[in-house]
Amino acid sequence: MRRLLAGSAVLVLPGCEGIQSALAPKGADASLIAQVSWVVFIGAGLIFALVLGLTLYALLAPQARSSWTASHGFIIGGGIVFPVVTLTALLVYGLSLTGSVGRSTEVPAVRIEVTGEQFWWRVRYQEHGGKAAVDAANELHIPVGQPVELTLRSADVIHSFWVPNLAGKLDMIPGQQNVLSIKASAPGTYRGQCAEYCGIQHAQMAFYVVAHPPEAFERWLAERREPAAEPLADLVKRGRDLFVAVGCGACHTVRGIDASGKIGPDLTHVGSRRSIGAGMWPNNAGTLAAWIASSQHLKPGNKMPSFNVLSGTELRAVATYLESLK
Amino acid sequence: MTAWPAIVTLPVLLGLGGCGEADTPIAQRVVGGDGTAGRAVVMRVGCGACHEIPGILGAHGIVGPSLRHFARRSMIGGVVANQPGMLVRWVREAPALAPDTAMPSMPITENEARDVAAYLYTLR
Repeated sequence: MRRLLAGSAVLVLPGCEGIQSALAPKGADASLIAQVSWVVFIGAGLIFALVLGLTLYALLAPQARSSWTASHGFIIGGGIVFPVVTLTALLVYGLSLTGSVGRSTEVPAVRIEVTGEQFWWRVRYQEHGGKAAVDAANELHIPVGQPVELTLRSADVIHSFWVPNLAGKLDMIPGQQNVLSIKASAPGTYRGQCAEYCGIQHAQMAFYVVAHPPEAFERWLAERREPAAEPLADLVKRGRDLFVAVGCGACHTVRGIDASGKIGPDLTHVGSRRSIGAGMWPNNAGTLAAWIASSQHLKPGNKMPSFNVLSGTELRAVATYLESLK
Repeated sequence: MTAWPAIVTLPVLLGLGGCGEADTPIAQRVVGGDGTAGRAVVMRVGCGACHEIPGILGAHGIVGPSLRHFARRSMIGGVVANQPGMLVRWVREAPALAPDTAMPSMPITENEARDVAAYLYTLR
């Protein structure tokens, strides 16, 4: 349990208060959901206080003055009519406000496929303006103020895609595709998490959504279409050669070198991501080395074996190579 | 008796407050290092992915040595003497001191390295 709780606590991004909060909405849908939530919180609080007040009054006031609280009219009015009217009004209000949540009539500016896998997120930016699709993982980049269409799938069990700051949650169901439209209203980094228990590492299946101004998003996507950076330093070259020689390419793709596996995340630009292990650890050569050498210790049950066959320098070389893939 | 509080609080007033630096022997004090800030750097960088670090949630790594009782250890990485100057270099640029180490250069500044070293000497 301690271990399960651990990773998310370790990854502390500075200045990121409220990056995973339904009460700090940064998207149209999230704003509606937050509005309904506040109406329910405040309304329920007021009604709770009223009921408590009436209870105290009925108990403590002289019976001659409080006898009306025992009348048939009051019990039927307060016990049946009031809840029926209030809850019906809440239902109509909630449905009319949130009926369109998750759907959009606008033509999406970007289409992204997100596939939930035990225990990470496969991400594919679909062909866009005649440009090729781009594979990525565990991080979603979107343009601010533009509708983004997410096609949600699962490769194994049921997962649920939830970025509380941007939208409600939507399940990812094997054999089915669900479509969620999101639109960020402010640039920023938001955290999402799997919201449907999916196995032993469910709690460590997180991701980040980065909302850029539209031009910056286009620039970002264009950079991601490029193949992996060519190593310059000797250590990094050695890391690249080892990456291929050890067989990392059986599961991972790095475009531009002999590595085109599809089982694990695409690593072509892994060095530019905010986290590794799907939101578990910050991303640098140190944590990458830790992940390579002890992935089954850090996240037991994920599909990657611990590669504890490399020497110190070799491990450092591979980790430094991956870090260089910006 | 009245002199006691002054003696106890002096190191704190000198900016060595937090994380028990007051317990750090003079030989291990890191010039300009702030242990509290160092702890935050350790968490931000994710040292716990490789190292067990008592007091940091989730820091249970097995790739590098445990940092439990680090302040009492004689050697750093079994390679150089555990002296403040060496430690400041090690936490930032371990490969420069030990070419065969698995510990990579870490993305921290010189000042952050001082803070991290000050923090590590609180692990007594």
